[in-house]
Amino acid sequence: MSTPGLSSSRFDGYSEARLLKRAKWSDGLFAVLGLLVLVATLLVLGALVADFINDGASRIDGDFLTSYPSRRPGSAGILSAWVGTTLVMIVTAALAVPLGVAAGVYLEEYAPKNWVTDFIEINVTNLAGVPSIIYGLLALGLFVQTLAMGQTILVAGITLALLILPILIVATRESLRAIPQDIREASFGLGADQWQTVSGYLLPAARPGILTGAIVGMSRAIGETAPIITIGALTFIAFLPPSPIQSSFPFVNFDWLNSPFTVMPIQMFNWVSRPQAGFHINAAATGLILLAMTLLMNGFAIWLRYRLRRNLR
Amino acid sequence: MATDSTLTMSTPLTAVRLVPTDAFLRRRHLLDRTMRVVLFLAAAVSVLVTAGIIYVLVSESVKFFAQVSIWDFLTDTQWTPVFQDKHFGIMTLLSGTLMSTLIALAIAVPAGTILAIYLSEFARPRVREVIKPFLELIAGVPTVAFGYFALLFLTPIFQKFIPGLATFNLLVPGIVIGIMILPYIVSVSEDAMRAVPDSLREGAFALGFTRLQTGLRVVVPGAFSGITAAFLLGMSRAVGETMVVAVAAGQQAKIAGNPLEGAATITSYIVQLSMGDLPHDSIAYLTIFAAGLTLFLLTFAFNLLAFWLRRRYREAY
Repeated sequence: MSTPGLSSSRFDGYSEARLLKRAKWSDGLFAVLGLLVLVATLLVLGALVADFINDGASRIDGDFLTSYPSRRPGSAGILSAWVGTTLVMIVTAALAVPLGVAAGVYLEEYAPKNWVTDFIEINVTNLAGVPSIIYGLLALGLFVQTLAMGQTILVAGITLALLILPILIVATRESLRAIPQDIREASFGLGADQWQTVSGYLLPAARPGILTGAIVGMSRAIGETAPIITIGALTFIAFLPPSPIQSSFPFVNFDWLNSPFTVMPIQMFNWVSRPQAGFHINAAATGLILLAMTLLMNGFAIWLRYRLRRNLR
Repeated sequence: MATDSTLTMSTPLTAVRLVPTDAFLRRRHLLDRTMRVVLFLAAAVSVLVTAGIIYVLVSESVKFFAQVSIWDFLTDTQWTPVFQDKHFGIMTLLSGTLMSTLIALAIAVPAGTILAIYLSEFARPRVREVIKPFLELIAGVPTVAFGYFALLFLTPIFQKFIPGLATFNLLVPGIVIGIMILPYIVSVSEDAMRAVPDSLREGAFALGFTRLQTGLRVVVPGAFSGITAAFLLGMSRAVGETMVVAVAAGQQAKIAGNPLEGAATITSYIVQLSMGDLPHDSIAYLTIFAAGLTLFLLTFAFNLLAFWLRRRYREAY
């Protein structure tokens, strides 16, 4: 390749080959480096799961699930914690899903292009980045103090619902955006108005995507600890909230909404903060259950999204 | 649309309701109008949430700053709100937050950039499809579980190699936060890299660039604002991360100079104080809102800058 007249050191055949070799070599080196970083990251996830199984799996049994917290680590359990988590999640889902879907539909299908829409959109983006503990301070200052609602299941549910609202709005918008424009035009062409189009065609088509967002949001809410600590939820709860179902008319009872409570991440934080090793085992057992729940939910959401993408193709 | 057995050719169409009646149309129109307003109100809730956050943080902080001067808040080097001799120097908590954030970024920025380049330029699509869900799973782990992992698994291991490492320290929580924000940084910066048009890559390959050269000299510069946005968003998360530091970094409020020792951060201080039962008119109670306002402003600045940068790169291609 080298021309006799151009035999500067940069262009002679020898260093050109060396240059090429070095470039290919660094290419291969980077591929190995990328793979190493990847393996290291996944190893951390693996180590975390293995650590929880190792420390906590043997502690999980029927008694652990049906006992109240106790001063003796051996007889303590998470009954009040998992019941509390379940009830808080019911409130969170009941608020966040309709609100998030409605807001998503508005922003994607209805909103005119103007400064109000821009403002709402920037606002949602910003809310998604607000640290969760700030939502806790909002709940403490507004719900617990100003509105005097107390440290109840209802307040915790509302707080977590506001926290996961951006996740649901974004998921709704993305799944609406993926619906072909033809569907809207066909519906309008048949004389449907906007609401009929949304409720009859768009929402059913967007359902799997919205479901994915809802699951990811709920799994985030289940694991959240900081905002619930901030509202001052008690950590030693040795009783259950009143039952939502009763034998006499009207058969449902909403007193549980105003009951004090604890949830699984709080119980875990409480136990991990104590010096005794026995409580650390309890924390690991609680963490393992939490981890299993959130990983399963996320795994299901990922699988759902994967299937959805394959169907669209 | 009734199917009436007594239909004849002379039955007027409106009588069999093939054509919607005025009443039906009016009802439908009313529903459409109502739903438009209802949906708008739902979207407006998000604005109310922001307004609520700002209102609570500012109104409580105003009460705080009526008793403590802003100058003392920013320059005092001690933080002792519940002691007899009260000091309110936010720099102590801020130094803990910044130290853990810097350690997290020292892990997440190089690892995140390498992984993003690897996924967007090197990995085959099939490999990418398999790997990304696993990264998402890391993002789904509850933060309190990461706290347990930092305190009871990683710290004892690190103590074998680093002699001076305290049980509660900033180093290990910082590293764990780095791993936590890694999937997020990878996902945002990989998005930005994939938004770089393929024609630029093909041009580079045609000039004889290798994959790595294309990645470093074409794709990374092309996606620079998006990658910066990813770092800023990761930083904002690291600053706001609460449970890892609350569990594993200790509660001592002091100017954090040594990562091998523990120190309180803004977030872990708020948790620590919320656990106790303080009277709600005390100055110590008000400190968590002043600390919260500081945290909010910090993350807000990062988020806004990142939003602006991302919007810019989206417009570029």
